[in-house]
Amino acid sequence: MADLRSDFLGIKSPNPFWLASAPPTDKKVNVLRAFEAGWGGVVWKTLGTQVKNVSSRYSSLNYNGQKAMGFNNIELISDRPLEINLKEIKEVLKEFPDRAMIVSLMADNDRKSWHEMVKKAQDTGAHGLELNFGCPHGMVERGMGASVGQDPEIAKMVVEWVMEVAKIPVITKLTPNVHSVVPAGKAVISAGTDALSLINTIQSITGIDLDTLIPNPNVGGKSVFGGYCGPAVKPIALKMLTTLAQDPDTRKVPISGIGGISTWRDAVEFILLGASNVQVCTAAMIQGFRIITDLCDGMSNWMDEKGYKSINDFRGLSVPAITRWEELDINFHIIANINQDKCIHCGLCYITCEDTSHQSIDIKKGLPYNTYTIKDEECVGCNLCKIVCPVEDCITMEVHRKGDEYLNWTEYQKRGLPLNDH
Amino acid sequence: MPIQNNRLPESELEKNFSDIHPPFEHAEGAAIEANRCLNCYDAPCTKLCPTSINVPLFIKQIASGNIKGSAHTIFSSNIMGGGCSKVCPVEKLCEGACVFNLLEETPISIAKLQRYSTEQAIHEKWKLFTRKPSNGKKVAIVGAGPAGLACAHSLSLEGTEVTIFEKEAKGGGLMTYGVAAYKVTPTFCKEEVDYILSLGGISVQYEKQLGKDIQLADLQKNFDAVFLGIGVGVARSLEIPGENLEGVMDAISFIYNLRTRNYSQISVGDKVAVIGMGMTAIDAATQSKRLGAKEVTMIYRRTEHEKPCTEEELDLAKLDGCSFLWLSNPKEILGENGKVKNLVCSKMKLGEPDASGRRSPVDTGETFTIEVDMVIKAAGQIPFEGLVNNSKLDNKVGKIKIDNSGMTNLKGVFSGGDAVNGGKEVVDAVQAGKDAAKGILAYLKK
Ligand SMILES: Cc1cc2nc3c(=O)[nH]c(=O)nc-3n(C[C@H](O)[C@H](O)[C@H](O)COP(=O)(O)OP(=O)(O)OC[C@H]3O[C@@H](n4cnc5c(N)ncnc54)[C@H](O)[C@@H]3O)c2cc1C
Ligand SMILES: Cc1cc2nc3c(=O)[nH]c(=O)nc-3n(C[C@H](O)[C@H](O)[C@H](O)COP(=O)(O)O)c2cc1C
Ligand code: SF4
Ligand code: SF4
Repeated sequence: MADLRSDFLGIKSPNPFWLASAPPTDKKVNVLRAFEAGWGGVVWKTLGTQVKNVSSRYSSLNYNGQKAMGFNNIELISDRPLEINLKEIKEVLKEFPDRAMIVSLMADNDRKSWHEMVKKAQDTGAHGLELNFGCPHGMVERGMGASVGQDPEIAKMVVEWVMEVAKIPVITKLTPNVHSVVPAGKAVISAGTDALSLINTIQSITGIDLDTLIPNPNVGGKSVFGGYCGPAVKPIALKMLTTLAQDPDTRKVPISGIGGISTWRDAVEFILLGASNVQVCTAAMIQGFRIITDLCDGMSNWMDEKGYKSINDFRGLSVPAITRWEELDINFHIIANINQDKCIHCGLCYITCEDTSHQSIDIKKGLPYNTYTIKDEECVGCNLCKIVCPVEDCITMEVHRKGDEYLNWTEYQKRGLPLNDH
Repeated sequence: MPIQNNRLPESELEKNFSDIHPPFEHAEGAAIEANRCLNCYDAPCTKLCPTSINVPLFIKQIASGNIKGSAHTIFSSNIMGGGCSKVCPVEKLCEGACVFNLLEETPISIAKLQRYSTEQAIHEKWKLFTRKPSNGKKVAIVGAGPAGLACAHSLSLEGTEVTIFEKEAKGGGLMTYGVAAYKVTPTFCKEEVDYILSLGGISVQYEKQLGKDIQLADLQKNFDAVFLGIGVGVARSLEIPGENLEGVMDAISFIYNLRTRNYSQISVGDKVAVIGMGMTAIDAATQSKRLGAKEVTMIYRRTEHEKPCTEEELDLAKLDGCSFLWLSNPKEILGENGKVKNLVCSKMKLGEPDASGRRSPVDTGETFTIEVDMVIKAAGQIPFEGLVNNSKLDNKVGKIKIDNSGMTNLKGVFSGGDAVNGGKEVVDAVQAGKDAAKGILAYLKK
């Protein structure tokens, strides 16, 4: 049986799944329930100067009948009194000493406030701190959250203040609302942060009520840009994570991967791209803490199948596979193949290829079922037909190299090879 | 116990005749099902729909919340799309072709989704079509059944003035008077007819029978074209002794009564024999059972393999507790005091394939007798041979012959539906009405 235990900067947890700083971690009752369900750790809902929230707060993006493929919120940091939060953190630590307890912080933008916050948080006995430089709404207007994370210089300064008093590991949580997360990552590492986490939410408008014409969420007839998260943001988070895993400076520190994780598969992907552990928010908010069962179980079974004994065995294994476009092998060529025994004649491959790709699928009309075949000479190997085909492994992409040798774009140009070869 | 009415209490009758394909109760159910549809290209479901409804489009319109658009898509191809969603044998049409069958998965509930949008349109009287300006032409239509109504709607859309002559007091044809009561209610049939007529440009003269109250020659004289959508007539007689005994009935009349009166007033036997295995036979058998008959036996001269009804229909009869005598051919009906008492049948065996490609039944010479108090004949319907011949219409044993444009041998006289095909489904009649309208419009332009 695979060993799911996780050690993040010496912070131990029975599995690599932490609940991200958000409503699931904002009070003792929730966190106790999460630990009972089996979560490895929590990042307590961000503490700071107490705030006031509005109503409503959330909205979502539904797609083809699937609810909340994207989720959006306009909540602020914790709206409970600081003292209660601190007291509850202590109590939870006592009840579940084997789980990771990280406290997320966002102080007012001066040295003294940060010092005070850090001290109060570590006095609880928590195992680590997470600096929230990512909240894209509400706090920005007050010079906090993403407005710190978006400016590497300010971020660096704040981390320096924190490190002056921090006695426990410090994770800096980056905002994705930037062109690249690397500059901020480098800056906070140079200031001494022990680790990074990403992503926080992405600024968004999820939709508009077509009767009232008010965007969601509606707060008395008005709305604001919210923070987007959930399955829809996973690809963006993975890309940002990879840029940190590729950079020689940022890859030196452990990274806690966040953003759209809802199944064990998503979590494995984050770890394959360099994350040391993962954090989850939306999936738990949409389905409850019980999802932890399959997150652990699925990851464990996959590890057993692949022969990985611990999380570190596969961490970062996919990073080298991400290269630069110029280095891709132009001689590599694949052609779609339809397995006629599996085909159910839905015609989706045909119409997508015909309308928007390379007109590479032949149609033979039948009543009621048409027959579809690939025109090998026309197929550019784009994957579109395979993507739309509803039958697993009905369309396979088969390798038909254009040449034996590896040939990249730079070399291709150098040799003056023809552009329109098909 | 002999034949009698009011066998079951009102509440039980109500239950027995309630909708056999209940609708989606909630928008969510429709949306879930609509989202399951793959949105096939050149979709098999559409190809097997005789009216070529763009099924994937109307389903995706339900999924996107565009219910009006969805209803419009359906009605553009099939103005009886509402009724068809309840009466079509979809297992051999659209749903039978759905690609999910090839994955051994339940096909998309196309009929139920179609009902979802069309019922809203009909109940809420959505105005989805507008007539073109008048083209100055007048067309007479005989028969307000599916063929006549579809033809009338298509013609009126193009600006033609249409007058329908109908022998019954209500429109809808066999949809109103024939189809099983647990598929469509009289209220629905009326609403559907009203909805079709709400387009305007169509007036209906009820209780006007061609050959009696009106003559074809007059219609030809007074209108620019005529469409005959008169359907087929009474049930074929068995040509065996005893057919005149009390308790022998033809299925069409039995069902006609059922559709026009209260269930409690319909007499049904205790031991009913239904002769035939087509859709009408199944309907007569299941509805006898639902009226309270104790034993219903369906009698067919071939085997289950050659049955003309669909598997689904046979299952319905089985579930209703009907029993079956295969390879049995009625030979004689015996009576006592003028009332049905026994049915004598010949035992058959299968011989060589006939014209339909099915192996034909051959008499073995053996017979057997069963005890019955009612015999319902449902061995096919016969066309209005007399009317057709008197009108000098080219026909094949009463089935009117038409050319590619839907025109009969009489200039300007068109026909379609059961009157031409000898009795198929509602959806075929609708398509025939549409096709004839196209032929008529082309003819009127000449
Ligand atoms: C018992 C039974 C059950 C059926 N069940 C189904 C089913 O579940 N699903 C399905 O799809 N199909 C079913 N059908 C078949 C379907 O009802 C017909 O195919 C369809 O109604 C044919 O339409 P039509 O317009 O051609 O003829 P009809 O529906 O027969 O309409 C003809 C109309 O013309 C009128 N008419 C006839 N003669 C004259 C005249 N001389 N003057 C004036 N008016 C006249 C009639 O009163 C009638 O209104 C069933 C048929 C029967 C008999
Ligand atoms: C309602 C809500 C409130 C959140 N509040 C905080 C917060 O206080 N501090 C913080 O660092 N991140 C906060 N987040 C961001 C999450 O911690 C997480 O980074 C983000 O939702 C992406 O992960 P997910 O796709 O699993 O939800 C919040 C997210 C949501 C949905
Ligand atoms: S998409 Fe797949 S199942 Fe559909 S026609 Fe193409 S190959 Fe067949
Ligand atoms: S065949 Fe089935 S899945 Fe395909 S479009 Fe029709 S209903 Fe949808």
